[in-house]
Amino acid sequence: MIAQLYTVLPEIAILVSACVVLIVDLFVPESKRHVSFWLTQVALLATIWIVVATAQLAPVHAFSGMVVDDMLSDVLRLFALVAVSLMLFYSRAYLMARGLFRGEMFVLTLFSLLGMMVMMAAANFITLYLGLELMSLSLYALVALQRDSSAPSEAAMKYFVLGALASGMLLYGISMIYGATGHLDLDRVADATLGVQGNRTLLVFGLVFVVSGIAFKLGVVPYHMWVPDVYHGAPTPVTLLIGTAPKLAAFAFTLRVLAGALKGLEFDWQGMLIVLAVLSMVLGNLVAIAQVNIKRMLAYSTIANMGFMLMGFLAADLNGYSAAMFYVVAYVLTSLASFGVMLLLSREGFEADQIDDFKGLNRRSPWWAFVMLIVMFSLAGVPPTLGFYAKFAVIEAAVNQGFVWLAVVAVLTSVVGAFYYLRVVKLMYFDDPVDTSPIVAPGDARALLSANGIALLVFGILPQYLMGLCTLAVTQSHF
Amino acid sequence: MIPYLSLSIWVPILAGLAVLVLHRDSDAHRARWVALAGALAGFLVTLPLFTHFDTTTSALQFVERGEWIPRFDVWYFLGVDGISVLFVILNSLMTLLVVWAGWEVIQSRVAQYMAAFLIMSGLINGAFAAMDGVLFYVFFEAMLIPMYLIIGIWGGPRREYAAIKFFLYTLAGSVLMLVALVYLYNVTESFALQDWYRVPLSLPVQIALFAAFFLAFSVKVPMWPVHTWLPDAHVEAPTGGSVILAAITLKIGAYGFIRFILPILPDASRYLSGFVIVLSLVAVIYIGFVALVQADMKKLIAYSSISHMGFVTLGFFLFSPLGVEGALAQMISHGFVSAAMFLCVGVLYDRMHSRQIADFGGVANTMPKFAAFVMLFSMANAGLPATSGFVGEFLVILAAVKANPWLGFAAALTLILGAAYTLWMVKRVVFGAVANPHVAALADVSRREFWLLAVVAVAVLAMGIWPKPFVDVMHVSVIDLLAHVAKSKL
Repeated sequence: MIAQLYTVLPEIAILVSACVVLIVDLFVPESKRHVSFWLTQVALLATIWIVVATAQLAPVHAFSGMVVDDMLSDVLRLFALVAVSLMLFYSRAYLMARGLFRGEMFVLTLFSLLGMMVMMAAANFITLYLGLELMSLSLYALVALQRDSSAPSEAAMKYFVLGALASGMLLYGISMIYGATGHLDLDRVADATLGVQGNRTLLVFGLVFVVSGIAFKLGVVPYHMWVPDVYHGAPTPVTLLIGTAPKLAAFAFTLRVLAGALKGLEFDWQGMLIVLAVLSMVLGNLVAIAQVNIKRMLAYSTIANMGFMLMGFLAADLNGYSAAMFYVVAYVLTSLASFGVMLLLSREGFEADQIDDFKGLNRRSPWWAFVMLIVMFSLAGVPPTLGFYAKFAVIEAAVNQGFVWLAVVAVLTSVVGAFYYLRVVKLMYFDDPVDTSPIVAPGDARALLSANGIALLVFGILPQYLMGLCTLAVTQSHF
Repeated sequence: MIPYLSLSIWVPILAGLAVLVLHRDSDAHRARWVALAGALAGFLVTLPLFTHFDTTTSALQFVERGEWIPRFDVWYFLGVDGISVLFVILNSLMTLLVVWAGWEVIQSRVAQYMAAFLIMSGLINGAFAAMDGVLFYVFFEAMLIPMYLIIGIWGGPRREYAAIKFFLYTLAGSVLMLVALVYLYNVTESFALQDWYRVPLSLPVQIALFAAFFLAFSVKVPMWPVHTWLPDAHVEAPTGGSVILAAITLKIGAYGFIRFILPILPDASRYLSGFVIVLSLVAVIYIGFVALVQADMKKLIAYSSISHMGFVTLGFFLFSPLGVEGALAQMISHGFVSAAMFLCVGVLYDRMHSRQIADFGGVANTMPKFAAFVMLFSMANAGLPATSGFVGEFLVILAAVKANPWLGFAAALTLILGAAYTLWMVKRVVFGAVANPHVAALADVSRREFWLLAVVAVAVLAMGIWPKPFVDVMHVSVIDLLAHVAKSKL
């Protein structure tokens, strides 16, 4: 029993620290709110240490096969923890200036993180669903955290209604798979679908709903409607949170369900993912051009990027899965920096969320303009940034499985995408600033954001370590 | 052994990063000196490439090989042969000249300007030295970033349009090449170019790959009809940007033809050679006429570049040693001549802030030294014997006549057209009576400008009078290349 607890030690640590922060925050006066902040950061750091210290190559199943502790969950948990920690550092000043620097923020963030980590370690449909709901409900509340203004409330409502619908579909799909196979355990479902007889129609029917649910969580076309509105309406720190760590959890979900449990239906979900990927890349990149709000623009960019990621996934081999995972990790690191710069530029009463707010940034601060330049070229997939190798790996996976036409579509849409990223660079470097107020931010946020930006370049010049880690995670987890 | 190729890549890049630290306007003067030192060091490390070069072998020299991305078998694999070595040196020399040329002209964001050129120089050297498909692509694409910024920040009135057009055109051309590279990797399990030279490929596959590579390189060269970004980019770019664009980056496109298309896809190349030759002749003749009617000097030189580059692609696809060597000589000569022409226009622009031919006239009266330089470079641009321009054009025309006399006839039209548009421009700008008070007030070239132009003038004359060292370096490699082309891979 004690040995079993080791497998979920990181989750336990996050749960305990969420409760501790909740209680401690009650007794902390308003002026000492940073105690809760640092407590949260210490908890995240400690959990990172736990994840690293307990990592092992061979997968360990625990609690009657409800959870699994393998390299996949370890690596994804690690990146999710890092992403959440960075998100809190980047957004501290922003939250303080808006009266959002409150215990609820930290507690809800920790709970959503807990949900993500449960998803990453799930080996059973019930555990997966549990983690998904914990994550989603916390995120709905976080979006609505700024309850006095209308945009966040509206965004939260949209997110909740559409999210609930997606959860319902997912659950419906799971129930059909359960009906067809008689199992909820992912490995047993896999065995059943690989040697399937008879009720294949029911299985495929269930698969359609499961894929819909997954597509919603990833935010790919045609289940993308919530993405721009939520990205736009939510306070920027929450947008940052939604745009990063949950993508890792959604990737784990996709991998465990499609590549694991429903491996036997590979041919069926491959076709569905092709449609989702192509639509997302085309629509995401085209609509992003028309945006004037950078959060909306990045929302459409997310849609396009997730479509690109699915292209690696649908290659449906180890090569493809690890390429897709590398893509998600690279995307998360890039996204963190993009919203980080946005948070850095915003101050009391000013949201740097219009693309024009970046005008002349090079004159105001060459360094942050340079960081944003790296971010934009990484999103566009121009070497020598991390984003290029992510795209490269995915294209290689697709071509390897004979999807040359898909790779051609993908690279052509990425040229369309390059236009709107270039426009941001153009505003930063070619135009004169309209706003000349100095950029102030806490030293730790500056240092971490700088490191984040440089990491995109360093991993771009030496990509093999990150790539190797993702390959290791996928191959050691027996897909 | 000293890794000269790595040095030629990383010395300028690191110098560029060092210059960036001095970004404050008060540090501008220090930034210039650091940049000059970096560019000089970058040039000096490429000299051993020439002095230690073995002209008797076509094998790769100065090879450096290290594992880079083991997951995809990508290597940090550098090496030069007779074809690429001269461009590494040419590029490093041009960077030195450009840093020097921007000395007083650039007053805003000096450090970023210098850094952009230095980083660009390292990336270009990388593209010429890379012997691994991914490594080449990384350098090939990465150089778009500094050039985008150079055009966009320090360019003319329509710089934003020109910069974005430049970037998107080139990117759109090259993304399909990425798919082609990945496809070749899937066939050969390797990204090494030498492995790709050996792999058999069926004709339909070769044609598909040809299309992908051709799009990438023909945009870069640029060939008619995908040339329209070039006049915009040239006109809007600052002088230094135009020099590097014309002298070096266009050459990377042409270099791609002989490094990738001809040896990897020999059957498709022969099958489609007629198509490429027609496009090249259109560039030579039609674009030559277009150049004739330009009112803007920079635009005229831009179109003249396209026309001259048409000669290069024509020479490649004749598949004879004369043609390929002529094309390569033309590339190097055009590197010097176009750079010199843009520097000359820059000299005038700095004084008059106009590039319109109509605003000038009789410059020779007030700027005699300058007029002499202009005359020399114009003659070279028109391909007069004893200048570098003659060598390449003559060899290509010779090869064309051997292949088909009518082809030679069409190609030789360039001698008339080139002389027409260049000399007519010179007549209107330099000669005649002093056109207006602005021209009357012009001061002759400063000492910096004089030595700048003198360096290029010496190169132009040296190559025109005694081209043997240049041709010797490339000869063995060209023969080897043509052996690859002659061997069917079906």
